Amino acid sequence: MFENIKILWHQGKQFIPDVTKAKVPGIFRGRPVISKAHVDEGSLIELCPTKAISNNPFCIDLGKCTFCGECAIQFPEKIKFTTDYKLGTNIRERLFIYEDIDSPIEVNPLLVRKEIHRLFGNSLKLRQVSAGGDNSNEWELTASNNVQFDMSRFGIDFVASPRHADGIVITGPITKNMAEPLQRCYDAVPEPKIIILAGTDAISGGIFADSPAIDRSFLNNHFIDLFIPGNPVHPLTFINAVLDFTRKKK
Amino acid sequence: MNYLTLYNNQTVSVKDIPEHGYDVFLEGNLQLLKNRPERHCVNYFGVKNNREIRIYCCIADDLTHKIYVSSCVLEEGSSIASFTVQNHNFEKFEREIHENFDINFTDHPWLKPYRFANNKYNKDLNVGDYPFYKVESDELHEVGVGPIHAGIIEPGHFRFICNGEQIMHLEIQLGYQHRGIEELFIQKSKLIERVTLVENIAGDTTVGHTTAFSNLYESLCETSTSDALNFSRTLAQELERIAIHTGDLAAICADIAYQLGNAVFGRLRTPIVNFFQEWGGNRLAKGLIRPGKINFPFDEALAKRLLELFKAYESDFNEMVEEFFSLPSVLSRIERTGIVTYDEVLEIGTVGISARMSGLSRDIRLSHPCNLYGNTFIHEPLLKHHGDVFSRVQLRRDEIRQSIEYCKKLLENIPQFHKPENILFVPGEEKFTLSLVEGWRGEICHCAITDGEGNLKTYKIKDPSHHNWMALAQSVRNNEISDFPICNKSFNLSYCGHDL
Repeated sequence: MFENIKILWHQGKQFIPDVTKAKVPGIFRGRPVISKAHVDEGSLIELCPTKAISNNPFCIDLGKCTFCGECAIQFPEKIKFTTDYKLGTNIRERLFIYEDIDSPIEVNPLLVRKEIHRLFGNSLKLRQVSAGGDNSNEWELTASNNVQFDMSRFGIDFVASPRHADGIVITGPITKNMAEPLQRCYDAVPEPKIIILAGTDAISGGIFADSPAIDRSFLNNHFIDLFIPGNPVHPLTFINAVLDFTRKKK
Repeated sequence: MNYLTLYNNQTVSVKDIPEHGYDVFLEGNLQLLKNRPERHCVNYFGVKNNREIRIYCCIADDLTHKIYVSSCVLEEGSSIASFTVQNHNFEKFEREIHENFDINFTDHPWLKPYRFANNKYNKDLNVGDYPFYKVESDELHEVGVGPIHAGIIEPGHFRFICNGEQIMHLEIQLGYQHRGIEELFIQKSKLIERVTLVENIAGDTTVGHTTAFSNLYESLCETSTSDALNFSRTLAQELERIAIHTGDLAAICADIAYQLGNAVFGRLRTPIVNFFQEWGGNRLAKGLIRPGKINFPFDEALAKRLLELFKAYESDFNEMVEEFFSLPSVLSRIERTGIVTYDEVLEIGTVGISARMSGLSRDIRLSHPCNLYGNTFIHEPLLKHHGDVFSRVQLRRDEIRQSIEYCKKLLENIPQFHKPENILFVPGEEKFTLSLVEGWRGEICHCAITDGEGNLKTYKIKDPSHHNWMALAQSVRNNEISDFPICNKSFNLSYCGHDL
């Protein structure tokens, strides 16, 4: 008993008091900004492993970006990654970052289905489905609920059964072998339900986009509520995206 | 039987690998392994050329640091005797060859689908058609778990046959995570694409796999590995070990409902992964290790940070560990739970923690050292002997402490980092390279073969989980089914590393 209290005392307060304003340590690669500098755009586009960079107009698609940072290393005058970890949005197009635009990526509350705030604004239970995820996003989603990030203080939890869930969080590019289990899991979630794509692999297939071993037809048949980029998704990115989506008022 | 002898990360000409008739190949390799616990098969795979399948067998000798490679040519669809019936280490390897090339091992005792790969020979085979072992009895029942599990973990199907609460048999079916990495590796020719693929083999072992690839690629392209690169890779490997082991201790606490341990170990992982972010911008070290360069130089300021961090970590860690190992309610759950004996791990051919837990000393850091292992320090593998959850937990505790000491030793001598430059990598023609790295789970093996123009013809990846899943299935026999979660967590094997 005494030992336990001593440990608790030594641990002190670990939780991040305000997850919406916390700073991430070091050189985190979050939302990039692109300057108007003239560089050899051809070789810059060629550099990207997942074809996330394109021309006319010049932009980076964060849904495809693996955040490897190679473009910023080789063309520092053109691309900079900021430490802004708020990357989640309900509009896929919002993940395209254009030249000379340094504005935060946000959830547009006008486009959030009207029952979401009322039903999920104070409590959201999610079922996670790893469909070819490499266990890095899964690790970070688990970390979202450790004593530091403590996501459950907002009433947001991961649950064991889809029948207890309000929606699913998909990680991974969705392998052929997981296509059916994913569909069955989604079908088992009661209405109304949401779909969140967490991580680059889930949003675009990432480096696996043209693999014959994946099957992304599930995504064509369903409305996606929230896109959260990252490789893997940082816990603060995930928590802020979900909070914005369920609580941000019009 | 003659074979080609090479060392870890040595590149040889494919033509120098001797080719044998199957009978000689089978007998010769089995003889090499017979009654030699210091030797095991690190890779056994086929390469297809029209209807011809060339099979390579790579056997590592832990005492001499040598790797013996031999080959054999088979016709697609041929029926032959198996290695497995005489040596169970080959069980998974032969299943893979059977699945991909329709080679029928006539006396293989367990010739079932391996990972339901996209390039499987029998295209009608569906992931739902796995032929599970069955026991007909009114007294036994089956429990099916997965592919989607209760927690936030990867998919796989577990089928238990139980007598009441007691597990008689567990069969693990994998393949749900198959993304076709090995095929993509050949299709995608840019280095950055390949290294991105490697980072995705198993995201929890990013450093292990990227190091294996980088070491291999530099050897294959005959470029030297600078001190700075060797330093970064060695340091990152040990940091990854500390981070994941700490996380595993938290997960084991969660599974025995020990809240305090779960909270403390869980939060102790954060400063280590955050250090990866401070160094390279990513908590799981993605983007850090690259062939021929490092984009993020390590300097005195980072070294100072890391030493401060260890100081804070160690006092909290020691206090928590001491409490954890003194609690009867903890010990009663982990002692004598999920035992795999020395004879069993030897028969299965486990690697890494899953071997060292039962007294089988398998550790690439000592047996086939690369980077700064065997240079800045000589690694001493830590061994336990009971093969239970307790042994696996003790190993994690001890390896964390050992890795911290290694990191401190590395920090005494930080090499000069230069501005990252893109080197032009040109792989040699008709070459064979094999790379071994001790990831936190155990031995990672990557093999590459190039064609006459220096293009990659085959890139073969083996995660330690390939060997170790069978040990988990073995460990739960005669245990209560309620102990399955801690057994599973104490192994913490990779689904995606296995499925590729």
